[in-house]
Amino acid sequence: MTNARGKTISEKILSSKSGTDARAGDVVVCDVDLVLGTDASTPMTIAYFDKMGGERLFDASRVVFSLDHYSPPSTPKTAAFHDQIRSFAHRHGATVFEVGEGISHQVAPERGRVLPGDLVIGADSHTVTCGALNAFATGLGSSDLAAALITGRTWLRVPETIRVELTGSRPPGLAAKDVGLAMIGALGGEGANYQSLEFHGPSVGALTLDERMVLSNLSVEAGAKAAIWEVDGATIHFLSERVDGWTGGQVAGPPAVHPSTRPPVHPDSGASYSRELCLDLATLSPRVAIPHDPTNVVGVGDAAGVPVHMVFLGTCTGGRVSDFHEAVHVLERAGGRVAPGVQLVVTPASREVLLTLVDDGTLAKLTTMGAVVTTPGCGACCGTSGAIPSDGMTVLSTANRNFKARMGNATASIYLASPATCAASAATGRITDPREIG
Amino acid sequence: MTTHLSLDGRARVFGDDVNTDYIIASTRKRDTLDESVLKRYLLEAIDPSFAASVQPGDLIVAGANFGCGSAMEIAATVILAAGIKAVLARSFSRTFYRNAVNNALVPIECDTRSIREGDRLSIALDDRRAAVQLLDRNETLSAAPLAPLMADVLSAGGLVPYVRNGGYRAHRASDVEQR
Repeated sequence: MTNARGKTISEKILSSKSGTDARAGDVVVCDVDLVLGTDASTPMTIAYFDKMGGERLFDASRVVFSLDHYSPPSTPKTAAFHDQIRSFAHRHGATVFEVGEGISHQVAPERGRVLPGDLVIGADSHTVTCGALNAFATGLGSSDLAAALITGRTWLRVPETIRVELTGSRPPGLAAKDVGLAMIGALGGEGANYQSLEFHGPSVGALTLDERMVLSNLSVEAGAKAAIWEVDGATIHFLSERVDGWTGGQVAGPPAVHPSTRPPVHPDSGASYSRELCLDLATLSPRVAIPHDPTNVVGVGDAAGVPVHMVFLGTCTGGRVSDFHEAVHVLERAGGRVAPGVQLVVTPASREVLLTLVDDGTLAKLTTMGAVVTTPGCGACCGTSGAIPSDGMTVLSTANRNFKARMGNATASIYLASPATCAASAATGRITDPREIG
Repeated sequence: MTTHLSLDGRARVFGDDVNTDYIIASTRKRDTLDESVLKRYLLEAIDPSFAASVQPGDLIVAGANFGCGSAMEIAATVILAAGIKAVLARSFSRTFYRNAVNNALVPIECDTRSIREGDRLSIALDDRRAAVQLLDRNETLSAAPLAPLMADVLSAGGLVPYVRNGGYRAHRASDVEQR
């Protein structure tokens, strides 16, 4: 039976990776391009690998283990996890992103390991972040990772796609985090479950690649399986700086000489979407997710005045260079200091981010203001390393999850916001609309 | 491959949006990956007394979006370690659903709203279809069918035996299975 209907980006990538005419709802077995494990998920992956009778990796050049959750290890047990992973990677020739190099789905794109049209799987739910580079990137568990290490394959149900239409001119001070929180607030906690997001619309170009990563990252809080952007000038610029010999498929010559010759993936004009979500940037304003769910999203005004004791700038949502620039800019406008009694914790998402902040003076400014700077990686986000809040603390964070006990203390209350809102609040000691500063 | 399975047990009822950090905290699995230890902390963030009250054969019954949040697989394996062989929910987060199937923890998607704490349940899984009987009230709930490949993994006993038996190699995607 022929099916003339056009395909979404997800359907096209999964068709290509499965060698079938894959349509939403099909279950297909796909070849994977990149497999990402973390120190939190890889110890179990190794156990599954052994139980599955694994002897070698399907392709060591496509396998990366990132030591990011326990970075650096604070207990003998987590140090032992690292040794176990290093030893496994060394034995099989896989890459390790060492302690301090950063978060898996931040460093992989930085190192040019994610290309348009790729199928990326990671045993970390925030692997979806890589969708900013026109890849189908999705999170799954340790056993799926082990099976992929052995076979190079994974099973996937081809998802329906929600088309996210970005329109309207972006008001000054509107952060990608605000757009992302508005998006997951509108979708709800399972509004995108089993589905992909595809981003389109006239305002896509108003978002930098880093900012697209923020929206892709947050999509999983609405359950999304992948969150994919088309390739444009920003993508090409990013890839051309990071992928050796990247051509974007524009250069003539024998195909598949270099993986980068694969062309960008666009949806067909007749692609079918399960729904459309329109986000008019012109109507959006700073948002805050209140305890204890990231989709409990309110306008910053509805949370304003809540006293904060810890402000956390970091993670795979809010730990990139532009995030810290935004935060410092607001802090400087607010007088260049942190309110008494507020602990400011700074955790760059990667070493590259850290080095940039060192070079451009941002880190010196934050440190002078009293920030505690911790090792690049996941940091305090899930209570596995970095600063643990004390009993009853209120934390305002640039992270993506505010579940009870998420940061390692069940009595803490976690609010999520943009770097600008976090910075404004650090300066005043209360949740503050950054537009009121200066 | 066909799946035939029957499970009887007592309902242990939870609400909506039970995320994996609530099933087992990231800070707990930092200290050990031994499920026989971690099961003492099962669902502690929601109900600190729950773990001590679990009896083998109990069934978790939840609302919408069970297992949302982190993709950590230990959330599924700790439930199994506590002697719970199936989770019934109005809906599952996709990552938890995968992890459950891959470890042969049976995920049953059905309308759980009429199930009360302590209800005696009987689950019958026949091929890809599941039905849930509420034994005390002579009520039967029908469940969403399992997708074909997932049923294969489940009936193999999880992803480990599935891969050991040649799973993906034999299952090259030349045969797309329609829903």
